[in-house]
Amino acid sequence: MMEPHSAPTPKKYSKKPKYSKFSQQELPAWKPILTPGWVISTFTVVGIVFIPVGLASLFSSESVEEAAIRYDDKCLNEIHAQNAVAFIKSDMTNKTCTTSWTVERKMQGPIFIYYQLDNYYQNHRRYVKSRNDKQLVNPASEGDTTNCYPQDKTNGSMPIVPCGLIAWSLFNDTYKFWVNTKSLTVNKKDISWGSDRSHKFGSKVYPKNFQLGGLVGGAKLDENIPLNQQEDLIVWMRTAALPSFRKLYGKIETNLEVNDSVEIVIENNYNTYEFGGNKRLILSTATWIGGKNPFLGMAYLFVGGVSLLCAIVFILLYVIKPRPLGDPSYLSWNKNPGILK
Amino acid sequence: MKRYVYINDDESAHDLYCDNRISNRKYTVLNFIPKNLWEQFSRFMNQYFLLIACLQLWSLITPVNPASTWGPLIFIFAVSATKEAWDDYHRYLSDKKANEKEVWVVRNGIKKLIQAQDIHVGNIVWLRENDEVPCDLVLIGSSDPQGLCYIETAAMDGETDLKTRVIPSACMGIDVELLHKIKGVIECPTPNKDIRRFDANMRLFPPFIDNDICPLTIKNTVLQSCYLRNTEWACGVAVYTGNETKLGMSRGIPEPKLTAMDAMIDKLTGAIFVFQIVVVMVLGIAGNVWKDTEAKKQWYVLYPDKGPWYELLIIPLRFELLCSIMIPISIKVSLDLVKGLYAKFIDWDHRMVDLETSTPSNATNTAISEDLGQVEYILTDKTGTLTENKMIFRRCCISGIFYGNENGDALKDVELLHAVSSGSPDVVQFLTIMAICNTVIPTQSKTGDILYKAQSQDEDALVQAAAHLHMVFFNKSGNILEVKFNSSVLQYEVLETLEFTSDRKRMSLVLRDCQNGKILLLSKGADEAILPYARTGQQTRNFVEAVEQYAHLGLRTLCLAWRELREDEYREWSLMFREANSTLVDREWRVAEVCQRIEHNLEVLGVTAIEDRLQDGVPETIETLRKAGINFWMLTGDKQNTAIQIALSCNFISPEPKGQLLSIDGKTEDEVRRSLERVLLTMRITTSEPKDVAFVIDGWALDFALNHYRKAFTELAILSRTAICCRVTPSQKAQLVQILKSCDYRTLAIGDGGNDVRMIQQADIGVGISGREGLQAARAADYSIGKFRFLKRLILVHGRYSYNRTAFLSQYSFYKSLLICFIQIFFSFISGVSGTSLFNSVSLMAYNVFYTSVPVLVSVLDKDLSEETVIQHPQILFYCQAGRLLNPSTFAGWFGRSLFHAVVVFLISIHAYAYDKSEMEEVSMVALSGCIWLQAFVVAMETNSFTILQHLAIWGNLAGFYAINWIFSALPASGMYTIMFRLCRQPSYWISIFLMTAAGMSPILAIKYFRYTYRPSKINTLQQAERLGGPILSLGTIEPQPRPLIEKDVSTLSITQPKNRNPVYEPLLSDSPNATRRSSGTPFDFFQSQSRSSLPNYSRNCKDN
Repeated sequence: MMEPHSAPTPKKYSKKPKYSKFSQQELPAWKPILTPGWVISTFTVVGIVFIPVGLASLFSSESVEEAAIRYDDKCLNEIHAQNAVAFIKSDMTNKTCTTSWTVERKMQGPIFIYYQLDNYYQNHRRYVKSRNDKQLVNPASEGDTTNCYPQDKTNGSMPIVPCGLIAWSLFNDTYKFWVNTKSLTVNKKDISWGSDRSHKFGSKVYPKNFQLGGLVGGAKLDENIPLNQQEDLIVWMRTAALPSFRKLYGKIETNLEVNDSVEIVIENNYNTYEFGGNKRLILSTATWIGGKNPFLGMAYLFVGGVSLLCAIVFILLYVIKPRPLGDPSYLSWNKNPGILK
Repeated sequence: MKRYVYINDDESAHDLYCDNRISNRKYTVLNFIPKNLWEQFSRFMNQYFLLIACLQLWSLITPVNPASTWGPLIFIFAVSATKEAWDDYHRYLSDKKANEKEVWVVRNGIKKLIQAQDIHVGNIVWLRENDEVPCDLVLIGSSDPQGLCYIETAAMDGETDLKTRVIPSACMGIDVELLHKIKGVIECPTPNKDIRRFDANMRLFPPFIDNDICPLTIKNTVLQSCYLRNTEWACGVAVYTGNETKLGMSRGIPEPKLTAMDAMIDKLTGAIFVFQIVVVMVLGIAGNVWKDTEAKKQWYVLYPDKGPWYELLIIPLRFELLCSIMIPISIKVSLDLVKGLYAKFIDWDHRMVDLETSTPSNATNTAISEDLGQVEYILTDKTGTLTENKMIFRRCCISGIFYGNENGDALKDVELLHAVSSGSPDVVQFLTIMAICNTVIPTQSKTGDILYKAQSQDEDALVQAAAHLHMVFFNKSGNILEVKFNSSVLQYEVLETLEFTSDRKRMSLVLRDCQNGKILLLSKGADEAILPYARTGQQTRNFVEAVEQYAHLGLRTLCLAWRELREDEYREWSLMFREANSTLVDREWRVAEVCQRIEHNLEVLGVTAIEDRLQDGVPETIETLRKAGINFWMLTGDKQNTAIQIALSCNFISPEPKGQLLSIDGKTEDEVRRSLERVLLTMRITTSEPKDVAFVIDGWALDFALNHYRKAFTELAILSRTAICCRVTPSQKAQLVQILKSCDYRTLAIGDGGNDVRMIQQADIGVGISGREGLQAARAADYSIGKFRFLKRLILVHGRYSYNRTAFLSQYSFYKSLLICFIQIFFSFISGVSGTSLFNSVSLMAYNVFYTSVPVLVSVLDKDLSEETVIQHPQILFYCQAGRLLNPSTFAGWFGRSLFHAVVVFLISIHAYAYDKSEMEEVSMVALSGCIWLQAFVVAMETNSFTILQHLAIWGNLAGFYAINWIFSALPASGMYTIMFRLCRQPSYWISIFLMTAAGMSPILAIKYFRYTYRPSKINTLQQAERLGGPILSLGTIEPQPRPLIEKDVSTLSITQPKNRNPVYEPLLSDSPNATRRSSGTPFDFFQSQSRSSLPNYSRNCKDN
């Protein structure tokens, strides 16, 4: 603050820095401290809010109907089980297998069909980088195969479209459903993100030289369909962050009633035997929170409960062992003046 | 090595020696970039970042876009370089100001006004009164007929009395007009930094005195930065110029200063670096093992059977790059930025503006504000730093009557004025002594005013005061002094002058009163040098009391006395005096002895009190800072007694019985050793007692102590909270700083003169007072302030806040970097230990330089306690001094917090976004959002006071995070196209984020609350008290006011004071080893009483006797 006797002659002020509340570090400030009231009510509020939210999440997660059918083992007969890798790699073997499942509770359409892979590292560094986004969207960048090695060019040095390991290893199992011997339509439209179809995959980019290299990975693509309509590829190219993931295969728009018997014909083409991965077929309904996942609900209940517990403990502490805040007698230098430390 | 200076030879010296351009600059325009880059890369951190940035150019191993490291790196370098350039530009400007000052120089035989930088060796420089000397000169002419001139060397050695310099005998009597044409040669040593020696010769060419070699000494020179005083003009030949002057040579190159905090941050960075290497090695090995065992089976990864030779290195290097964010690249920029702001806050502070001169405080060094909060030792200069360096006659006591007690100014005391006008004989005699018992030379200016040329400011003050009281000393011609009293002119003939020496502590004149022919002895001197020689029967109690009272007020006292000499007594004595004056052996001692024979049986007239006023608030400042646990050392070139007196009056040391002052002295090495050991012993015993023990040492003894008994002295330095070192040279000051630094203490040196420059540069923090002794010290210092009292605010407010803020900022920077790095590490465990980055390049870069930097930067506005509370409870500084807020254990807390938060964020992200939701970009953004939310709450939780800016930065940043990501999500080309829109529409996203925040913050809140309430630190207690308005606010008054306002208490004080004053500080000094020698009989009790206050010359001579 200015001293009262600072005469306001211009010369005196010439060197004096300008005054502002900021420069004097005098901005008005809110200085909260951790009073018991604040802390206990915070914990109480957290507890009170979190427990109902947790219950709601849990309830909606529980209301999701989900069926998981593991088929990678089922689709191996005894003979092939000994040498599953050779079986799956061979072009000669018949890989079609049939399994059936009875609906236990009513499933309201739309029912989402997922395939789930376990122990599959779509997030592996070699894998996740092996794509070229420019090539996917722009026909002019067809030859741009940067980052795609080792699936960038055919042996004849022709650029592969779409290049890279991700596209090359496209999932190629297929499923067909019969409910009560009646064929069930699987809607494979709009299973990918709209934004991907419109902006990430070009409508004028057609697969070229795909799966023509020495090694054949996964599914082949119809060279007459542009990439933005190859929805299985688009879904597959959205790499998963976890080694265990589900990808949307299609949707069933009708309801499945209790005791409906569902016959599923699986083309078991995809090689997971080599690395000991599992394959599952998932049929699931969805609610506002997504698929079946009790984690959030449980976690909310846990955090809310612990918060309430904290609040109670602090209240008890406050009652049993009250401690005045800011008691100057806690300042050691007030106890024995003169000696510090 | 010699240099030959040809006087007034315009041509010869130009190429040989540098011109007078002073340059403190580090860079030139040309070498700036290479030199600056070289300097920046000599720092380990920068080398590290450069290495990382280079590795990232290798696309096989880089997890993210190389721009994410190069961008910040270039930015950081640009910021540092800009700052350096800015600082250097300011140095250039201040040099330029000094260089372009105009001076009169003879060029081609004509006096011309040129810029100081164009002075060349051999030029004749003309100085007028009060000019600053631009370079080192050898005098050749002066306005004084005797060839004298007076200079003030304060800027050089801190001594404020005027020194006489004399023109060499060869130049004596040369006409002013001829001085322009003088030619000759000066043979002098090559430039050196010894300001006390100048061994040279001068020979003038015809037509001046021919072939006569005239020896020159330092007495014939005036050195750069001195001021010409009381001399109308003087001229001299430039012998040393520019950076080669004696001052320039002793300036030395200041080393860059590193704060204790920077050192700690570097240490923690080193620890993190080691941790990072360990993590990289472990993950690297795990990655290679996984690759060899698992990845070969993962056919879709298509690992080649045989990789290149460096295959084993790839995964570890990837992890190195992935973990490189563990050491936050932004920390240096953030620290530089906030440090700059701390410095600005000091510059801007209105409460640190010296209103008298309207000098604001200034932080020249913007990088060391945190150190201010960690100061443990303050080494302070005395004159001009603690005092105002202005002598003013304030009070007197004549024949037992006190004048000036009521209004504090004897010159305005009606009673004294009345006594003067009524011609009271004692008063008139008193005034006569004031007016003429000195070596002052009166001169008349053209306007008829009388100007006094005094060597000592005290004498000047007395003569001025006498003139004010109508006793005007107006002429001195030869031995005749003329005084005008009222309207009558009195004449006195000086018969003998018994000169003042610092050992005799008095001076006397023997003179004949021309009015009545009587021979008088007039004496003035320190009380202990006058009062014991009062005539038998005179009651000196009054005077003792007066002296005591005045000393208590911090005034410098002088006793005035006289007696009439009988003609024969004088004759007899004067023979002895002449004889003594012509002895060759031990002359000084012999003269003193003879003087002693006549200076007795004195009629004591009274006591004068001169004020070298302590600056406002000095005692309070020292008291407060000492309470804050800071130790004070006073280093002064001044006399021991003056130093002790000032020390007492500014709470530096406490009088008995609370305090004890031990003295280390001795003339020989052995004496010093014994003295030192004795003091050390006493010190060891008394450390347990609540007593202020201080030691006092003079420059001579210090020399032995530093050179031969360094270990013992160091121990003493550690034990003693207070010390007074008097008569020390600038280099000794620097050595003392060095000793304290070597004991790992944070030192702050404060001074105002050129003699303090080395100490200021040596100390961890140098503070300069931009005072009357020029701006030398202020220029060399890290901080310059207008008044000593601002030091309190500088340390307690600015230093403390800076420390606290940096402590938070630096640890927080590590916290947020570790947080994101831990998540990356956890992610690598579920991505086949292959070194995939969960976060994309944009997020990583923006996280470090934007999302997390902005909120934390406003922590520069945070105040844990209000300024008032801190000033009232300076003890709280202990937390900063002891480094309680930034050390390995607090850092471990932050480390744990980041680990915990990483676990929370990671587990919740991968579980909430499992299965069908486990899309890479989405999981990445969920985790990133979690980090941002958590860090916002962490900053909020650690902020003590929220101003509008904090709210804006913390919550605005959170909003900014979404805004930025929405923008990125709207760009089809970006990897995260539509991701953020999708996420924000999902209830599960928000549910997950709130879950992360609650789960991450609840335990922290609970622990903090528990500590805050049940294990509060002192800071917490004060916070609570301050915010709740508890009783603490009134606590300030529990501590008594450091110094009662004395003006009114004078009379009571003088009664209650014990009457053991003669010699004043006997009890304090009784531990001096000389005290033991006191009884070894010498004929003169004068020397006995002297010997105890360390007069080495005499004690040696006494023994010889």
